[in-house]
Amino acid sequence: MAVTKVVMPKLSEAMETGKLLRWLKQEGERVAGGDIIAEIETDKADIELEAFGAGVLRKVLVGPGTTVPVGNTIAVIAEPDEDISAVVGDRPAPTAPAAPAREPARTAPASPSAQPAAATVPTSPSPSAADVRRPPAPAAPAVGAVAAAEAVEEDEPPVAGVRLRASPLAKKLAQKAGVDLTLVKGTGLGGRVIQRDVEAFVARPAATPAAPAAARPAPRPAAEFEDQPLSQIRAAIARQMAQSKAPVPHFYITTEIAMERAVALREELQALPGAPKLTFTDLIVRACALTLVKHPGVNASFQGQAIRRYRGVHVGIAVALDEGLITPVLRDCDAKGLFQIAAESRDLVERTRARKLRGQELSGATFSVSNLGMFPVDEFSAIINPPEGSILAVGAILDKPVVVNGQLAVGKRMRVTLSCDHRVMDGAMGARFLADLKALLEAPLGLLV
Amino acid sequence: MAVITYREALNQAHREEMERDERVFLIGEEVGVYGGAYKVSQGLLEKFGERRVIDTPICESGFTGVGIGAAMIGLRPIIEMMTFNFALVALDQIVNHAAKLHYMSGGQFTCPIVVRGPGGPAHQLAAQHSQSMETYFYHVPGLKVVRPTTPRDAKGLLKSAIRDENPVIFIESETLYGVKGEVPEDADFLIPLGVAEVKREGRDVTAVAYSGMYYRVLEAAEEVARTDGISVEIVDPRTLRPMDTETILASVRKTHRVLVAESGAGFAGMGSEIAAFITENAFDELDAPVARVTGANAPMPYARNLERLKTPSKEKIVEALRRVCAVG
Repeated sequence: MAVTKVVMPKLSEAMETGKLLRWLKQEGERVAGGDIIAEIETDKADIELEAFGAGVLRKVLVGPGTTVPVGNTIAVIAEPDEDISAVVGDRPAPTAPAAPAREPARTAPASPSAQPAAATVPTSPSPSAADVRRPPAPAAPAVGAVAAAEAVEEDEPPVAGVRLRASPLAKKLAQKAGVDLTLVKGTGLGGRVIQRDVEAFVARPAATPAAPAAARPAPRPAAEFEDQPLSQIRAAIARQMAQSKAPVPHFYITTEIAMERAVALREELQALPGAPKLTFTDLIVRACALTLVKHPGVNASFQGQAIRRYRGVHVGIAVALDEGLITPVLRDCDAKGLFQIAAESRDLVERTRARKLRGQELSGATFSVSNLGMFPVDEFSAIINPPEGSILAVGAILDKPVVVNGQLAVGKRMRVTLSCDHRVMDGAMGARFLADLKALLEAPLGLLV
Repeated sequence: MAVITYREALNQAHREEMERDERVFLIGEEVGVYGGAYKVSQGLLEKFGERRVIDTPICESGFTGVGIGAAMIGLRPIIEMMTFNFALVALDQIVNHAAKLHYMSGGQFTCPIVVRGPGGPAHQLAAQHSQSMETYFYHVPGLKVVRPTTPRDAKGLLKSAIRDENPVIFIESETLYGVKGEVPEDADFLIPLGVAEVKREGRDVTAVAYSGMYYRVLEAAEEVARTDGISVEIVDPRTLRPMDTETILASVRKTHRVLVAESGAGFAGMGSEIAAFITENAFDELDAPVARVTGANAPMPYARNLERLKTPSKEKIVEALRRVCAVG
């Protein structure tokens, strides 16, 4: 069994510290991998901290209300008889908001009673005499101490929780299939993720928390994205634009969309028996997802040497809280019907307000929508949330005088502004996206197919 | 195809090659009148006479040197070690002379000798006579090292070894001399050196084993197939140097798991080398660390109960196969 260090996870690129709100398990309680053991307040949301190792919560190093740098050990999970002194000892005060604490020295404490580890036969001479002749104490630590020290090394955390143990093959397969190995439960020796775990994970029925699961239109290629090498022009644009407005060179395109039919469609759908509450944001998210599938260049991000085009459409939905803006992510919007998007986004927004989001629901968006239409906002420009390549800012639907067939009439108009990363795309690409988005919302039956 | 013993297969190889090429002769202790300590050379003295089947005094360094000298002037000696443990006495001749003549003479001399005889643990032969001697030789550039597993391998590989222009260390096994199997009678039947054989096809794990360990792995493979549904592919390298790494790697790419079984002590053993080249060449194919089942790191005890502890038994192989497949 390994000693598992529970560390303050890094839940966003910007996160440097996290505040421990409360422990949900007490010292001495047994925990299984996946158990929620604590709640942590980050700069974005309160999240639940899962245990990555099984055993007994042997030592809690940080009390409620304490702010801890990312990566610092906050607790230790181990079997009752395991030596955790190497992990617990010599630790800087956990409240120190300084740089992440160094790992404890890996040298096991020298034990005066240590036996040479490799001794085989008591008699000498023998082929193993070289082993036996090794100087005893300092060079040959006791077996127990070696085990503990190794476990610490193995469990050294790169990002969140413990070091991921996966076979090389499992890693290769996961990369091919676009599987996040941290989500896969390992069944190999010592919990190592092995081939069959990745295969089982890929084959599992998709977890759909709400609504009838819409069948995926077509199997998506294995990887979540494809990297297209930068052309000379694109590389030059990337360089120059970044120099002109660091770090993300924005540009903005605005259009006005006739929303009469979308308003009517929403009312009709809303009246259907069993329909979930349907918002304009849901219609817009659905419209964006369908349009992004047609415009993969917009569903993309700048990666230094390449433009990364995502194969999935994961839409960040800006949610305003009193404390500030949070953008939870609704995944695979391209594969979800309108009602499913409505149900899931409502769940997501409610849990955002209740600050009950899980870490992975805060990252991974490929595009974002920010809707201020509930306010008297004609139009606005949003700031791109890196590494996404664009964001759509949505204004209110307003009654306006419009010209229809040469006659003045009253129309419902909504102005949307697409903020684009010029390193990823040019104006024409953004404009074509907006044109298709506009066409879809103006003839909105397309949202239902 | 005739079913004959490993011993008879070796005897046939001697006969056929001595008939084919009159430069081939056999030299060693008890190879003539007695017919070989393990009866491999029975009938050869009668057939080929004293000039080509030569009994020597008990002096391995001496008759090995005689063989090397004969090879230098154009003959093709087969040098029999009564057991390969005795080759330690001739190690300087083999390592410093036979292996290096071609290189150090700038190609003026070749040294087409075969040093053959039984090696590896058998039954209660104790510390000095149970050693897996291949480890002492396959480290040396300039030597080829062969460990045949079946009667067919024994014949085909020995004939190739005799025809090879390099010094070949050819290690048989006391425990295999009585093993029977089909062997081609064709005098031109050869198995090339440096070519491994997939002896049992499987899906889940590649077991690399040669000589007596092959049979133990085979039993273990059949057991785990019954009890755990594990499908074991067994690859027999047959020649340890040069090793047919491609056949092993191809199997690893298929099964993604590897076990190496060897009868000698594991430290710097064949399993270490195989694990290393698999890691270097097929790391991303591995679903588990390469597992080794080896003899314990101790001299072979004489007492039968202790001998069992030292030995890489079928049970230990079964356990390792389950471990590497993460079963149970």
